Amino acid sequence: MTAHRRIDASKVGEVTVVRFIDKKILDEASIQELGAELFGLVEQLNRKSILLNFSDVEFLSSAALGKLITLDRKVKSAKGRLKMSNIRPEILEVFQITKLNKVFDIRGDEAEAIAAFQ
Amino acid sequence: MAHEAAAGVRPDPSSGGWRRTIDLPSERGASRLIMEELLEQLGHHGWEPSDIFGIHLAVEEAIVNAIVHGNKLDPAKTVRVSCEVTPQLARIEITDAGSGFDPAAVPDCTRDERLEVPSGRGVMLMRSFMTAIAYNARGNSVLLEKRRDPQNG
Repeated sequence: MTAHRRIDASKVGEVTVVRFIDKKILDEASIQELGAELFGLVEQLNRKSILLNFSDVEFLSSAALGKLITLDRKVKSAKGRLKMSNIRPEILEVFQITKLNKVFDIRGDEAEAIAAFQ
Repeated sequence: MAHEAAAGVRPDPSSGGWRRTIDLPSERGASRLIMEELLEQLGHHGWEPSDIFGIHLAVEEAIVNAIVHGNKLDPAKTVRVSCEVTPQLARIEITDAGSGFDPAAVPDCTRDERLEVPSGRGVMLMRSFMTAIAYNARGNSVLLEKRRDPQNG
């Protein structure tokens, strides 16, 4: 696995499960790095099934939302699938306010999300 | 700073609220120079974690906008942040040295055709999480207010 500083990526069957190193995703430089690492999963490593597990994430800013949107587009254009899970209520509210819950495939927990890839 | 339709609740100074004004450099990440203390004071004044989350997000978005879009990261310019926290009211004013912008001209990021555009969500998040937000006429200063819901108080 490529060295990552902002994410921890592991494989569960065919699904690449990503956890976030930062509890608060708000620093602009970290968000740039996070974006590059996430995009690398699709563009360099050709991962087709990606699950973002947000269980460690307490806070994220709109700049981070931008990276998630771009990731979603990259995955879709590579004919892959992106899902998200374990999002705490405050962050889910952010997705609902911005209506990104209509764009992203959001599942309750990791097991449910992995099952949904089958 | 004269804000259009500024919401009118003035905290009673005798209630022992916290106030602080700071000038932030126009550098990415500068919000941390005030954020930690602001969050600590909100907790100290009895605000709920969900309210603190919303205020944190709104203030972060406003400061990033001021530094990046307002001052355009110009090291000669600063962003003034004035905070006032009481158990009933959090009021944060963020003013940059830029020429201002028209908040009404920000497109609605929740329209279908803009849903997948990766930027332009900060102002909507500020409006959603705060009780009131108001820009001054020039558009270089935003006043964010959160009033405590009396039922949760």
